[in-house]
Amino acid sequence: MIRLIVRRLLWFIPVFFVVTGITFVTMHALPGGPFDKEKTPPAMVQQMENAFGLNRPVYEQYFIWLGNAARLNFGPSLALRGKPVAGFLLPGLAVSVQLGIMALLFAFAVGLPAGIIAAYHRGRWQDRTATLVAILGVSIPAIVLGPLLVWVFGLWLDWLPVAQWEPLTEGFWPWLSHLILPAITLGAGISAIVARLTRASLLQVLNEDYIRTAHAKGLPRQLVTMRHALRNALIPIVTYIGPLTAAVITGSLVVEQVFAIPGMGRYFVTSITSRDYPMVMAVVVIYAMVIVLANLSVDILYIFIDPRISDAE
Amino acid sequence: MLNSAAQNATAAAPLRRPRSLLRDTLQRLTKDVFVVICAVYLAALLVIAIAPGVFAPVGYAVTDFPEKFQPPGTVATQGTLAGHTYWMGSDKLGRDILSRLIYGTRVSMAVALMGASISFVIGITYGLVAGYSSKHVDNFMMRIVDIIYAYPTLILIILLQVYLTTLAQKPPDEMGAFGQLVVTIDNASGGLFFVFVAIGVVSWLNMARLVRGQTLHYRQQEFVQAARVVGAKDQRIMGRHLLPNIIGPCIVAETLAIPTYIYTEAFLSFIGLGIQPPLPSWGSMIADGYGAMRTAPWVLFFPAIALSLTMLAFNFLGDALRDALDPKTRK
Repeated sequence: MIRLIVRRLLWFIPVFFVVTGITFVTMHALPGGPFDKEKTPPAMVQQMENAFGLNRPVYEQYFIWLGNAARLNFGPSLALRGKPVAGFLLPGLAVSVQLGIMALLFAFAVGLPAGIIAAYHRGRWQDRTATLVAILGVSIPAIVLGPLLVWVFGLWLDWLPVAQWEPLTEGFWPWLSHLILPAITLGAGISAIVARLTRASLLQVLNEDYIRTAHAKGLPRQLVTMRHALRNALIPIVTYIGPLTAAVITGSLVVEQVFAIPGMGRYFVTSITSRDYPMVMAVVVIYAMVIVLANLSVDILYIFIDPRISDAE
Repeated sequence: MLNSAAQNATAAAPLRRPRSLLRDTLQRLTKDVFVVICAVYLAALLVIAIAPGVFAPVGYAVTDFPEKFQPPGTVATQGTLAGHTYWMGSDKLGRDILSRLIYGTRVSMAVALMGASISFVIGITYGLVAGYSSKHVDNFMMRIVDIIYAYPTLILIILLQVYLTTLAQKPPDEMGAFGQLVVTIDNASGGLFFVFVAIGVVSWLNMARLVRGQTLHYRQQEFVQAARVVGAKDQRIMGRHLLPNIIGPCIVAETLAIPTYIYTEAFLSFIGLGIQPPLPSWGSMIADGYGAMRTAPWVLFFPAIALSLTMLAFNFLGDALRDALDPKTRK
């Protein structure tokens, strides 16, 4: 098992270099720099670029960046008055993580029961409804669902705020009320995926002999579902956490844009247009790391959930 | 390939009439009313996309400022569009939403077709070659895919899109002949070409993985070995023996991937990085509608419905195709 983890961690090294390399070269190949504004005199732009080392060759800049990144120093933001990137991204990351966790909670709270109900009533109206809703959930994109939810709950019913973000320190309800609509928007598609997966894997498990045995010895239906069937049915769902994390990251990029939430994704889109190289690099590195770590944790979780899988191979 | 298989089947069991996989699948598909509706809807969209000018009442860029934000069904009384009925209302510039929606179909359908073609051609070739080659080549080829895969797709697409669009703003004499040609193509397509490229770069990854996995499975089987013993060349084995066996799951995966291409373009246009105005895209129309939601919700609703319905139709069709092609669900 340790060998597997080490191998997976080593895999992060080439991924890291390729991901950061592509991003670095692409960003620096863009014409225009972070200090090109109409009113700034060219001499001053030159001076600023000198000060931040932007006049050096790109590969040199990349190595300097690598050295700093190794010490977890992602440099100053070029667009936001030279303050450290971390000062913006850490709060942004916190916001995105809260949004992502809430969305996942919503997705599992809706998707798991829906999948279980559909599997237990296979072919009946409950199943058909759940399947139809799941297809709808996958098909209605966030840029449609977000505005529609805002229109219904924000403007028409006037229950919830339409955009922006409040930290938890401002009180529980202001925080939650700003979080509900984005979390549902982000979670809707994921809940549909969870429901489909749950249904499919539960159907497979319900055919197993040990389920029949459990029923035969007179165990209550709920107990059989929860203890015997669901535990085994969850294995394929756990392996899906990797792609799911990627889906949450991509999704939160969209949702943060729709709801004007100051998370990582929003910093990414704004900093890419303002040529804020250090900010873009930091965001990309964090995203790639999250995805690699998610995949790694899936591999490890898998071993714990299913003892049949060992590091034998 | 399919024909010869069917002939073999007849020889072995003369009572059963030969039926092709295609006909079987079609028969099973057309049993479901929803599937037929989805197929008809998508076919209609395709026709509209080929000739939007025939269906659109007016041009997509015709503005009529005095008649801005008119609700659906209003007849314009003044300005350039006087006498014209806004069946779906008008937007902030007094443009006809129905016409813009119709022209927007072209963008979505083009992205769907291009994304699918790129992913099919590159993904299947790459996956077949990787799966059929020696272990080392396979390993190397798939590691490349894995690395690009670690890059969050939407981020990569946005990065590429920004890169391409800003490069296009360089003065022409700095670009060289090839650059100028590409930029001309892109301008002529209203920014669509760069969207194709950006989506194309990532769209084939999934397909390559799928095809490679299937190839690894089938290359061990007797019919491939038999073909090799008879002396078939590698290209022939890949093209005539492996491909027909793996094409089914590929079609299903592609149908289910098309909504994500359509959505990616819509999102790029939503944040202003995709199609260049005044050319309409459903995504940019949704962005317009989102901004004007308080006063004129119809500006949002119609493109939102069009985008969702189209994605729904592809998803539904993909699901039905999977069931129809899956031997386990046959009765």
